[in-house]
Amino acid sequence: MSHLQFDANLNEALRMDGELTRGPIPRWQRKAQEQGIHSLNVNENSPYGQNTQWKSGIGILFIPNRSTTDLERSHHLLVSSMEASGGEKSEADELSLQQKEYQEKMSENLNDGQPQESRILSFKSKAPQAKEGYVNNLKVLYSAGKPTVPKAASVRHIPSVPEKVLDAPELLDDYYLHLLDWSVNNHLAVALSSSVYIWNAGDGAITPLVQLEAPDYVCSLSWIEEGNILAMGVSSGVTKLWDVGQQKLVRTMGGHQNRVTTLSWSSYILSSGSRSGQIFHHDVRIADHHVATLSGHTQEVCGLQWSPDGRHLGSGGNDNQVNIWEKGSTTPLHTLTEHQAAVKAVAWCPWQNNLLATGGGTADRTIRIWNCTTGICLKDVQTNSQPSVLQVSSVLWSSHYKELISGHGFSNNQLTLWKYPTMAKVADLTGHTGRVLKLCMSPDGQMVVSAAADETIRMWKCWGVDKKDKKQAGSGKGHPISMLARTIR
Amino acid sequence: MEAVKQETCNNSITLKGSAQLVSEFFYYGINSILYQRGIYPPESFTLKQQYGLTLYTTTDKGVKDYLNNVLAQIKDWLEAGNVQRLVLVVTNVDTKEVLERWDFDIQHDPSYGPQSIKEGKVTGKDLKVIQKEMRDVIRQITACVTFLPLLDCVCAFDLLVYTHKNAEVPEKWSESAPCFISNSQEVRLKSFSTSIHKVEACVSYKIDQ
Repeated sequence: MSHLQFDANLNEALRMDGELTRGPIPRWQRKAQEQGIHSLNVNENSPYGQNTQWKSGIGILFIPNRSTTDLERSHHLLVSSMEASGGEKSEADELSLQQKEYQEKMSENLNDGQPQESRILSFKSKAPQAKEGYVNNLKVLYSAGKPTVPKAASVRHIPSVPEKVLDAPELLDDYYLHLLDWSVNNHLAVALSSSVYIWNAGDGAITPLVQLEAPDYVCSLSWIEEGNILAMGVSSGVTKLWDVGQQKLVRTMGGHQNRVTTLSWSSYILSSGSRSGQIFHHDVRIADHHVATLSGHTQEVCGLQWSPDGRHLGSGGNDNQVNIWEKGSTTPLHTLTEHQAAVKAVAWCPWQNNLLATGGGTADRTIRIWNCTTGICLKDVQTNSQPSVLQVSSVLWSSHYKELISGHGFSNNQLTLWKYPTMAKVADLTGHTGRVLKLCMSPDGQMVVSAAADETIRMWKCWGVDKKDKKQAGSGKGHPISMLARTIR
Repeated sequence: MEAVKQETCNNSITLKGSAQLVSEFFYYGINSILYQRGIYPPESFTLKQQYGLTLYTTTDKGVKDYLNNVLAQIKDWLEAGNVQRLVLVVTNVDTKEVLERWDFDIQHDPSYGPQSIKEGKVTGKDLKVIQKEMRDVIRQITACVTFLPLLDCVCAFDLLVYTHKNAEVPEKWSESAPCFISNSQEVRLKSFSTSIHKVEACVSYKIDQ
């Protein structure tokens, strides 16, 4: 009951027009008492209003005029606001603050974090369902079963097992890197984390070339056409040139802020693509080596290849774009956006200068063939028709046959041979237990070497040429490019 | 001076423009999800250039009509500032179980009310920047296939719109359940903003036991 008493007291205290019954005596009364004045006259005619006191000797005492104040109303408002806050208080008594908070949280959670003043609506007539019998073909992404694809007739024997398997411990499983290259001198360079080894394919000898200091690692390798200089892109952003015959570092070229993920030579020009999306051209003969910057990609450049005639540069990026650049130009000739994922596989056709093959990552699973002069996609091999194309990590064209080979990741980790231009499958080469990261062709064009995430390097003799055929090739027969066509430009 | 003024006008957008951009983004975003998640057969899609990307959009008349109807309404709601969230729900047709939820949370800057259209109030944000942000979100949607579980059944999709309680509801719309996933994993995606509407995307999917 104490709160009722409190309320009464409060009401009393808040009444402004009631008589003052509590508190100290006002100063003017005290003074009057001290001076022996006991009665105070209310001067009705006072210019200061009826409540104003005038007393000579004490001074003017001003009490404000309250006639204009609606005391009843003020009192009512004060009291009612007190009651309102009091009412809330009593409700809060029943439901403690914590409980209330809990309730709010609960309803929020039940409503997916939305305060309850929202409503969830949906359109009454729903979208039609996919037609019956339709099976989600994304299954290929997840299943390990071997797909059945019509095969192209092939008369030659393609060995289904690798010719040779090399061990590649600590080979980095990074889709964006290019850790393998085969030189014209039959040297195979392999980057294993921070070291580079040269495998001599002729005699099988292995030579360690360089060991970088941690935390640097090698991101890309590329041999110059003559085969004596190896360019090496490093994670710190520098590009190093090594003379492999003399085992000597010839040059270190800086410029990139991020790791150099891909390199490609065109005679004395070395092009390097970096994580920043920029492509630099380095003229390796001159002191001021940085001669051009191509900034057509917004994300990491992961595929870079000069065309065999040196007139075009093809680049693929993590921004799902393929750019085709003309020599000497810093704006792309064509920007091709059809791929739905990062484009690492970029390869120019050796027998037709304007053909470019590109392959996309997991979300894309497509190999596309482009005419670089017009920028038109001539062929695309998609999961719709060929449910075997998965993440494409590398594409190569054969120089002996009208064929392509592609390296894939996941489920089968296979290499697939395709006929061009029908794009019918010739064969699947399986054996890798990790995704294939990079393919390279031997200088004679008969062998393909693949590096995979299972830390092995396998060599496949998929484009073998018979001795009999070789003779014919020498006389210009049985060869896709006749000697005549090769000399005519 | 006049030229400068015009240029700034070209690069900035009004509330109406923002609603148009956002609903257009939803059109391409939803189409990308439908294609990438294999809810409709890939043959029923065609390639279209947008945001500097090549995107797949549906050619199925039924789906197209549905999307156009829904998005037209969403555009109106966006202009009125009434829509808080758009959710694309993927359900198993046979069991009606919810398998995936693509959630686009929309925040509307209240200083751009319906009044601002009359005043011609525009934002300072460049259209190119907005489209770049949209492109990044769509790229992420595409990249999601790499981690989302396979939808190994016949699936259907539905669009849920969270609106304010006092929003006007046309006849063709009805209330719906929120369609939550019982055991889900959530992955937050990038967001974009037209500086009038801010859209945050996230995808949640069922975890296999």
